[in-house]
Amino acid sequence: MSKDDKAAGLMKTIMPEGFVFDPERGARWFTRAGHTGFLGMEYHDHGSDWIELALPWREDLVGVEETGVLASGPIISLLDNATSMSVWTRQGTFNPQVTLDLRIDYVRAATPGKTVIARAECYQVRRSMAFVRGIAHEGDLTDPIAHTAGIFMLVSSEGWSKP
Amino acid sequence: MSEYHLPPYARTMGMEIDHVEDGAPVIAMDYAERVQGRPGFLHGGAIGGLLEMAAHAALRAELQRQGSDSRIKPVNISIEYLRGGVQERTFARGEVIRAGRRVANVRVEAWQGDRTKLVASSWMNFLLAPPKD
Repeated sequence: MSKDDKAAGLMKTIMPEGFVFDPERGARWFTRAGHTGFLGMEYHDHGSDWIELALPWREDLVGVEETGVLASGPIISLLDNATSMSVWTRQGTFNPQVTLDLRIDYVRAATPGKTVIARAECYQVRRSMAFVRGIAHEGDLTDPIAHTAGIFMLVSSEGWSKP
Repeated sequence: MSEYHLPPYARTMGMEIDHVEDGAPVIAMDYAERVQGRPGFLHGGAIGGLLEMAAHAALRAELQRQGSDSRIKPVNISIEYLRGGVQERTFARGEVIRAGRRVANVRVEAWQGDRTKLVASSWMNFLLAPPKD
């Protein structure tokens, strides 16, 4: 089987005929392996155009050894994934996309030992781009750790992945 | 720079100091499943984490040159993803644009085999605080 056939086969597995993107199932599928699986991301909650993913605190993901504060790298990953999935959540379908840009403002340090939750919303989809924003928090949306804004480029499934 | 230690997150992700270039460390990260996003490509968050480590290391090196032991707090980062990261070793290096009394501005780039073909480009701002006693 050629690489393109394998890629097409993977797309069919993800999206059979009449496929509707289920945020909860989708999030579980997308966090089972690779970087998301390695960090231990989990599905948390969703609405019509937003989704929440959680990242439990872990000692080996700490950025400042003396304080136990989580590194910002895992928070970038969590916000990248949650914003990405918010696009599929809003559209009710899965479309291949890549991150064009992502900006993150770190409002305060994460609390050592606490799970970080990313709430991401897709607020607009155009023909070639999806616009997203999000908040990383610890259970209280009014006391965020970080804010993010970003854009995803909608791309063709050809060459999108190399399984 | 030999006394610069990467934090637990960076070590967990397999990041290491590859070499030092004009005073700023080049941080490298090998491809592995732990950095994979969509099949066959680097995860944007793993690239972001690498950029931040390189920015942090470049700033720490610059502060050392200035004889400062200020604490460094990340304020924000903006990342442009320029091309998909493939299954290769990835490098990143920061350039301190300005390290003032309270704020430092750093530009960072990430690349793979060909230095002229950037995977990502970003800027990062840091707040500088006096060291705690």
